Amino acid sequence: MLQYNELSADPNAQTLKSIYVYEAPVRLWHWVQAVAMVVLVATGFLISYPPPSVGGEASDSFLFGYIRFAHFTAGYVLAIVTVLRIYWAFVGNDYAKQLFVVPLWSRQYWREMWHEIRWYSFAADKPLKYGGHNPLAQFFMCFVLMVTTFFMIATGFALYGEGTGEGSWANVAFGWVIPLLGDSQAVHTWHHLGTWVVITFTMIHLYAAIREDITSRQSIMSTMVSGYRTFKD
Amino acid sequence: METFYDVLRRQGITRRSFVKFCSLTATSLGLGSAFAPRIAHALETKPRTPVLWLHGLECTCCSESFIRSAHPLAKDVVLSMLSLDYDDTLMAAAGHQAHAILEEITAKHKGEYILAVEGNPPLAEDGMFCISGGKPFIDKLKWVAKDAKAVIAWGSCASWGCVQAAKPNPTQATPIHKVITDKPIVKVPGCPPIAEVMTAVVTYMLTFDRIPELDRQGRPKMFYGQRIHDKCYRRPHFDAGQFVEAWDDEGARKGYCLYKVGCKGPTSYSPCSTMRWNEGVSFPIASGHGCIGCSEDGFWDKGSFYDRVTQINAFGVEGNADRIGGAVAAVTGTAIAAHAGLTALKRARLDHGTGFDRNGEETGQRRDPQGGRRPAETAAVDQNTGRGA
Repeated sequence: MLQYNELSADPNAQTLKSIYVYEAPVRLWHWVQAVAMVVLVATGFLISYPPPSVGGEASDSFLFGYIRFAHFTAGYVLAIVTVLRIYWAFVGNDYAKQLFVVPLWSRQYWREMWHEIRWYSFAADKPLKYGGHNPLAQFFMCFVLMVTTFFMIATGFALYGEGTGEGSWANVAFGWVIPLLGDSQAVHTWHHLGTWVVITFTMIHLYAAIREDITSRQSIMSTMVSGYRTFKD
Repeated sequence: METFYDVLRRQGITRRSFVKFCSLTATSLGLGSAFAPRIAHALETKPRTPVLWLHGLECTCCSESFIRSAHPLAKDVVLSMLSLDYDDTLMAAAGHQAHAILEEITAKHKGEYILAVEGNPPLAEDGMFCISGGKPFIDKLKWVAKDAKAVIAWGSCASWGCVQAAKPNPTQATPIHKVITDKPIVKVPGCPPIAEVMTAVVTYMLTFDRIPELDRQGRPKMFYGQRIHDKCYRRPHFDAGQFVEAWDDEGARKGYCLYKVGCKGPTSYSPCSTMRWNEGVSFPIASGHGCIGCSEDGFWDKGSFYDRVTQINAFGVEGNADRIGGAVAAVTGTAIAAHAGLTALKRARLDHGTGFDRNGEETGQRRDPQGGRRPAETAAVDQNTGRGA
């Protein structure tokens, strides 16, 4: 799927190769998940540490209710796009499966992983070129981002189910998480710790994306907007 | 064995009133008039179920709570509704006489009696604690439980372990369900549980001859189906965002929500906010103090009663989720900054790394410290996997 821009005024532009990596549903999922995560982290901290007490009559205000509403709504959005993303792993292109299936059994994968680790430790001079995720990124995406997302959805809906009550879908589907992790307070603590995993992941993700965009031989940031991965050499 | 009818007659209830009661009961249950004689028959013939109440490692606060039940009165429960044959702190008999009752009931009513356990067995030192009649509690518990129809675990001790099982749990106090695994167990947690909850659970089991519907953790749904928070009268303040910030502030005087000062109502299952205590007079939150979550598993080890985000004590780490998570994020941030600095330094030294000049022309001066081994050059992109070939 090499694309040549034959009408380009700049002859150098013709050497750019690009392939279509992230299909529209994947890009949409990425940005919706990003926005949902920002809302969830922000409102999550407000739920742990509520804003200063509001005065007046209780009936005049619904501040904490709205904060929780935003958290729950963003949680629903995150869960729904995650389900749709899993669906897309089945029907989408091969890159769409990378978040869910990591070829841990492949020697090739580990060899390239080692190269990637050397690239990040400044031992290798150049990174390899990848259409989708590099082995290290794929490992993090699957075992940190997706696992944490599932964990946060499960613990989040378990806690949500406590409010909606016995027999509600959230309680039926995720209520088992509470005895599994101990009790409700323990689930709160785990959910809170998960928030920090999400924050730490996002820090690394942003740094690696910006760094790769500058130093690697391929596009990173624009790929999640246009879907096309361009190669610089 | 005395039947319910015998007890009712002894208490001065006439036959006529009894039959009227049976008709009304049938009607109120929606069973129709044909069922009235059957209800009467059941009450006339069904013997009262014997209940054996054992005390292990405990503080007797469950008993103290139980005897204060107002609806029904504890005296009615003990004297009329159930046949409380053994309870060493309440019974008149003592010593060999008391022990004889235990022997008699377990032998004569095999599989018919209900075992109620207050406290739990300590298992350290071969279980040599709480010895009565020459036997440690663990032996007594296993012996009586063997032929019981069902087991009631009174309070947080029997249900979860409670204070005696708090870290480091020197006596290895162990909740009932970990020792008795072959009987249905009804957990009635709380330190202590509400009196009316206790009498109601017993009454339910005697009346319907089955254990109440339990939740995932073995607690009766009718009392432990909701959190204290769900029915708290201060809940509107929570939703409004009106909180007590300090114990002596304006919010505290106005009765705002105690969430910020560590109330465990949102994580505790007990009907305190609906049934309340001492004949419905009050409960902790109504008295201005947050719930401490005494009905929850391991509440002594779950950090301060006054923190919303509680301490984590695991893997040798002490700190709450934010101190731990914040430390991880800070270390990550520092590592990222250092890595970014090194990257910039290396790029500056490596002639922009890519080997292209500003116009995209090959400079031909690409530095290659690896000599002939250049994995980058061999990497072609496989269109299917997206992975370097």
